[in-house]
Amino acid sequence: MEGVTLSEAEQRYYCDLFSYCDTESTKKVASNGRVLELFRAAQLPNDVVMQIMELCGATRLGYFGRSQFYIALKLVAVAQSGLPLRVESLNTVKDLPLPRFVVSKNEQESRHTALYPSDADNAASYSGVIPPPPPGRIQVKKGSVSHDAVQQRTSTDQQESTSPVVSPQQSPPTSPHTWRKHNRHPSGGNNERPLAGPGPFWAPFSEVQPGSSTSSDPIWSGHSPPPHQENWVSFADTPPTSALLAMHPASVQDQTTVRTVASATTANEIRRQSSSYDDPWKITDEQRQYYVNQFKTIQPDLNGFIPGSAAKEFFTKSKLPILELSHIWELSDFDKDGALTLDEFCAAFHLVVARKNGYDLPEKLPESLMPKLIDLEDSTEVGEQAGEVGYSSSPAEAPPSKSPSMPSLNQTWPELNQSSEDTAIVHPVPIRMTPSKIHMQEMELKRTGSDHANPTSPLLVKPSDLPEENKMSSSVKFTAGNTVNGYSSSDSYTSDPEQIGNAVTRQRSHSGTSPDNTAPPPPPPRPHASHSRSSSLDMNRSFSVTPGQQQAGVVAYPPAVPPRPQPSQGAGPHVHRPVDAEGLIAHTSTSPQQIPEQPNFADFSQFEAFAVSGVNKEEEDEIEPHSEVLQVEKPSDSASSLRVAKADGRAEDKAPANAPTSAGKGTTPLAPPPKPIRRRLKSEDELRPEAEEHTQKTGVIAAVLASQPSIPRSVGKDKKAIQASIRRNKETNTVLARLNSELQQQLKDVLEERISLEVQLEQLRPFSHL
Amino acid sequence: MAVCIAVIAKENYPLYIRSVPTENELKFHYTVHTSLDVVDEKISAMGKALVDQRELYLGLLYPTEDYKVYGYVTNSKVKFVMVVDSSNTALRDNEIRSMFRKLHNSYTDIMCNPFYNPGDRIHSRAFDTMVNSMMMQVC
Repeated sequence: MEGVTLSEAEQRYYCDLFSYCDTESTKKVASNGRVLELFRAAQLPNDVVMQIMELCGATRLGYFGRSQFYIALKLVAVAQSGLPLRVESLNTVKDLPLPRFVVSKNEQESRHTALYPSDADNAASYSGVIPPPPPGRIQVKKGSVSHDAVQQRTSTDQQESTSPVVSPQQSPPTSPHTWRKHNRHPSGGNNERPLAGPGPFWAPFSEVQPGSSTSSDPIWSGHSPPPHQENWVSFADTPPTSALLAMHPASVQDQTTVRTVASATTANEIRRQSSSYDDPWKITDEQRQYYVNQFKTIQPDLNGFIPGSAAKEFFTKSKLPILELSHIWELSDFDKDGALTLDEFCAAFHLVVARKNGYDLPEKLPESLMPKLIDLEDSTEVGEQAGEVGYSSSPAEAPPSKSPSMPSLNQTWPELNQSSEDTAIVHPVPIRMTPSKIHMQEMELKRTGSDHANPTSPLLVKPSDLPEENKMSSSVKFTAGNTVNGYSSSDSYTSDPEQIGNAVTRQRSHSGTSPDNTAPPPPPPRPHASHSRSSSLDMNRSFSVTPGQQQAGVVAYPPAVPPRPQPSQGAGPHVHRPVDAEGLIAHTSTSPQQIPEQPNFADFSQFEAFAVSGVNKEEEDEIEPHSEVLQVEKPSDSASSLRVAKADGRAEDKAPANAPTSAGKGTTPLAPPPKPIRRRLKSEDELRPEAEEHTQKTGVIAAVLASQPSIPRSVGKDKKAIQASIRRNKETNTVLARLNSELQQQLKDVLEERISLEVQLEQLRPFSHL
Repeated sequence: MAVCIAVIAKENYPLYIRSVPTENELKFHYTVHTSLDVVDEKISAMGKALVDQRELYLGLLYPTEDYKVYGYVTNSKVKFVMVVDSSNTALRDNEIRSMFRKLHNSYTDIMCNPFYNPGDRIHSRAFDTMVNSMMMQVC
């Protein structure tokens, strides 16, 4: 944001107000107490005041520099006019009335002085309390800061940003109490957004006018921060931002020349600010430096870890309740290893500081605080963020608007993410790129399940062929090398944070306890011929598996090794399970024959088996092998899915003749054309005499299948698989919907009964009195 | 989807217990408590020689007319007990196992937190979130 442009009247008015608030006659910063009073006098709701404060950058800075003050005043005017508070509105809204402050200045003064004494320690907390200034503010601040800086330098009149910026930074390191420092830090940090700009600005400016800036700094560090902070705390809800804004415009106008000088630094700052525009959790440079220094006191090696016990000791000093510290640890220990890396430590420290300053802890780690991990083993805390005033929600769920600024602006995070993306493994190991990424990956993991994670990894790499795999595919794409954009992924991130956790846990557990996962039947004696198509088959299988799995967990697990159920085994159980029992046995006997005859089919049948999960009775021959698999895993519910699968199979263009025989198991749509057809028929009319036909036709079907050209099948397999899975899912959905409606109906009936009974009771009761 | 999930410490006091809110929760507490006997029985049945080979997942502890109780014990004798509704026929053994695995993983994460003292009640939000995802979704 550029500086705020003020009209003549505004400038005069703001200048007067600033002078009024400048109780310390520093000419650089408006005392927080006064500013608070002023903002209260503006009769704006507290949250608006907070927002204004954020916008003007005072929270970042910890104090109201002239530019911040002007910006804040302008924002007050904007708010009082009923316009939305935005940085852009500062400059775009013309003919704004002057901000109205009801409280008399005398009152303000008296109140202000009253506020002062309370500050010393809270100063830091104040800055923290001040809601993170919105991005616009930062820009405004920058502009104003630069201008101010220039002006101040020249006139030593305006110096707002430098000192505020400096003071927060300086105070933490210098203050004897660690925690006080923290307090200051966050305040400095929080205000940094707006301050960040000014900070760098000031550096160049200071060169221009070494005297003014440096002189102001000590003042600030010594004095202003505390008072500011106190004031900030007390009037956190007042609109100090407006004051800042007011200041800003003035400075902006006056300092065109300065701007150019500071443009270089400003650009950086602006970038930084814009990146943190929506991110109240962004760690400013000063804060980060402070955190790093603290880290060094515990662990000299910056690449090393801080063990849990040491970290516990350190953070216990903050006097936060153990429960909150525990939650902070959960949020910040990203890889859940019980130790803190530098990034994790900074995140934890930042959270502690924020918490001490009154900010609520988010439910999940904000994006800006996430360590740049390449391999994210564990998911971060996933959850909604605390709804702080324009605060918590922004980071993780930052709308796309944030994305543009974040990725490029976010210092190294985006790059790291990108790099990690590139190195992301195809395997659905969660790669921490951004929360959304993780989310995506977790979704992937969830979808694929731990067991078949590996087999499906190639699948994952594929683009989203599967409809259900949309998210997965997107995540895959992420890994493929999507540019870091927490934003684009933020949607998925927000939409399904739990999945990440699930995926991660699943992943984790997968490695640890695979046996209990799926219970795949003994690996089928897959004929070699099938290997020729194994790749496509695998894909199909994985496709079928995943969709099936997603459907409802009803479908058989996608076995890592597509079990080729023994025909006999498969047939038997299936027979019992499915509707038609008779066909299976017959099929079983034939299935072995078919398997060798059509190795390709055998593979398909596995797919089918997955889809069907052996619920439906199938007579099909090929399906028998699958049925075994299906039986093992399928719950009775899978019948419907099987049916769906069958239907899907039918969609494929196999001759209907084959369908009846093969349908049975509801092989996944992936099944080779003949199989799907068979299945389809099956699902449609399981009870049909097809069953009998199956047995008879198994041989025929086998022959037919054998004759089928394999090439076209492999081509259409994927598509069919997808379609089949879609159909399956749809059918499952309809079944569930029906069930749900029935249950609802039952519930209504029961409630009606109850009501009638109660009425009767009431009728009877009076008589009892008589 | 479980109806009640409980984490029991080694000394058989609950570290965490969460039930579906609409039910009579005391009933679930009681069920979990009585299931501890079955858990101990299963553990002791393993014998010392088999301690290492003992599988963490205990399986169905005992079924009642309304629900089934599953158990899982970690190597540090922390027990996870899960009560599921019998009418929910879709739940397979594998799913139960995966739910226990998730529980175990989340529990491990909690243990990694230096601010958590083993033996304390579990207040982790992440753990709550994970358990909520596994509970029956009561409309």
